[in-house]
Amino acid sequence: MAEKSSLHPAQLDYERQKRKDEMKQQVVTFALMIIFTIISFSMVIAEIDKLFVIPVIIVLAAVQVGFQLYYFMHMSHKGHELPAFMFYGGVFAAFLTILALIALVWW
Amino acid sequence: MSTMVATNKRSFGSVLWDYLTTVDHKKIAILYLVAGGFFFIVGGLEAMAIRWQLVTPMNDFVSAGLYNELITMHGTKMIFLAAMPLIFAFMNAVVPLQIGARDVAFPFLNSLGFWLFLFGGIMLNVGWITGGAADAGWTAYAPLSTTSPGEGVDYYVLGLQISGAGTLIGGINFLVTIVNMRAPGMTYMRMPLFTWTAFVASALILFAFPALTVGLFLMMFDRLFGSGFFDPNMGGNSVIWQHLFWIFGHPEVYILALPAFGIFSEIIATFSRKRLFGYSAMVFATVLIGFLGFMVWAHHMFTVGMGPAANSIFAVATMAIAIPTGIKIFNWLFTLWGGNIQINTAMLWSLGFIPTFTLGGMTGVMVAAASADYQFHDSYFVVAHFHYVIVGGVVFALFAATHYWWPKMFGKILNETLGKITFWFFFIGFHMTFFIQHFLGLMGMPRRYWVYKEGQGLDLGNAISTAGAFLMAIGTIVLLYNVIITSVKGEKVGGDPWGARTLEWAIPSPPPFYNFKQLPLVRGLDPLWIEKTEGRDGMTPAEPIGDIHMPNNSFLPFIMSLGFFIAGFGFIYQKYDLAWLSLVFIGMGIALGSMLMRSVKDDLGYHIHKEDLVKEAKE
Repeated sequence: MAEKSSLHPAQLDYERQKRKDEMKQQVVTFALMIIFTIISFSMVIAEIDKLFVIPVIIVLAAVQVGFQLYYFMHMSHKGHELPAFMFYGGVFAAFLTILALIALVWW
Repeated sequence: MSTMVATNKRSFGSVLWDYLTTVDHKKIAILYLVAGGFFFIVGGLEAMAIRWQLVTPMNDFVSAGLYNELITMHGTKMIFLAAMPLIFAFMNAVVPLQIGARDVAFPFLNSLGFWLFLFGGIMLNVGWITGGAADAGWTAYAPLSTTSPGEGVDYYVLGLQISGAGTLIGGINFLVTIVNMRAPGMTYMRMPLFTWTAFVASALILFAFPALTVGLFLMMFDRLFGSGFFDPNMGGNSVIWQHLFWIFGHPEVYILALPAFGIFSEIIATFSRKRLFGYSAMVFATVLIGFLGFMVWAHHMFTVGMGPAANSIFAVATMAIAIPTGIKIFNWLFTLWGGNIQINTAMLWSLGFIPTFTLGGMTGVMVAAASADYQFHDSYFVVAHFHYVIVGGVVFALFAATHYWWPKMFGKILNETLGKITFWFFFIGFHMTFFIQHFLGLMGMPRRYWVYKEGQGLDLGNAISTAGAFLMAIGTIVLLYNVIITSVKGEKVGGDPWGARTLEWAIPSPPPFYNFKQLPLVRGLDPLWIEKTEGRDGMTPAEPIGDIHMPNNSFLPFIMSLGFFIAGFGFIYQKYDLAWLSLVFIGMGIALGSMLMRSVKDDLGYHIHKEDLVKEAKE
């Protein structure tokens, strides 16, 4: 971080603004994640029909994983293309495995 | 710290200690080569015993039980303990040099990966001396494996678990190395094809090995702790093992075959004096094979009863792999076309590979046709098919790589005459052994049977097959003699004995322990060739001479692996007497203790000083 101090003032302002925006996004997503969790719990407590609750919880969970990866683990930033590619590769392999085991073994 | 090691003779003890503690990728490569070569010889001896048992009808050279152990250990050993480590040997020796790096990203982990593999490999073979090795086939299908008496299959499970952890560590290491440690200018699309294939193979290791790990854990609990994952009587399902095994097992074929393709791409381009034809198509085909490799595992299970829909899907996906593989075959042929071809031993293996592997691929499409597979399944046709792929693809590549990179690893060229003798014996012997097995299979000879009856038309074919195995053995013995005679009498060569194209040939043979004094500036594909065509002697440096940061040697990887090895015995023998659990505690204590030590103790390495590097250059 030492070389950052030698940046041009305009560049510095830009960096500062970017950090501020990022911070805002993180707070918003953090709040959303808490809301999602509350929704999930309250649906279960309210004893709504299972057929509705389970898919909704799974969707909310998937969205949360996305938030986690993109806003907190910075997967959207430059230089993360390869980790993202490997990540989706792994998801692809795991998805095929689970799909086949469900379809071929338990179905 | 003094870094310029004196060249005087060192005692045997100090050399041994150096290898036990080394974190240098070049020395770890030699360790992999020696260990993998040793298991290759032992696996070959097991194969000779199998062939001698089958030389005449109703032979009684070995008992039925011992025959089961022989086929199981031959298959397991050749895949996990010979082919994998030999591929890793060349990945370690060459990949960091090809991308212009001073070592892999995690030198300590590299050493840990090797020792885990070696101790796992030893564990697999302990069964031979404790009353029976694994005998359920290399695929260890449940319920045969879960009900096999004795400890043979336990050694299989624990041994593969330990060596599998080592392989996973190695794979991750190469991924990080290739992503992060490429020299300035070495973009992805300028990486040599061997590096590309090592990269994709490492990604396959990362995604495929966890399935094996899970399967082995379930098997371990079924056998040692009374669970019933694969036992239908307890609500389990034995087909789950087959799925988990092949979800790992099919990508494993490509983990072996892709680096083999990379080796041939390097050799064919070098000795045709041409740029590799269709480089970007080759990269694309490599990545595509990697992806498709995950969608085809159930073609090993057509006769399990998955139903026609599943069989059709997996049959079509399997045949699709023939397309990228075909792209590669044609690109090698086009690289040869119009080239200034020089035929030496490495090139002979490459030229022998193309038709041999194409035959294996063709029978692959045949067994991929689900309906026809009901006829081929578990017959010698399948045995012939996968030996054409694994020996014709992978083992030929390993022999080729041995001849091609030997001067880079050891500074001497293997004797060419002896090399050609090895090739012709092995090549002819290979086709004699396995070509006839296609027909034995079509005539109905089943796989894994220890005898066959007289008068069924199988006698002559089996006799020819066994004769071929002896020719392969002669070829291998000549290679061993070649290695010894070259080490004793061979003449030292310079850094670039072949007039090659890629970065590893831009530095002396064998390379100094820091590889590159100054990191090279890469200006395109085949960087060394570019500099040569522009009349320069070597690479343009990308940095001034400066201090080089090096990692310290460490004995901890050996101790850690030894700990897991000891714990493995505890896990196995506690099924007879719980007192053996003490070994689990001792072993895990050693392993976890050395992990703790590694975590709390700072090991920052050392620097080679600029002055020493300059002084060395003047000498």
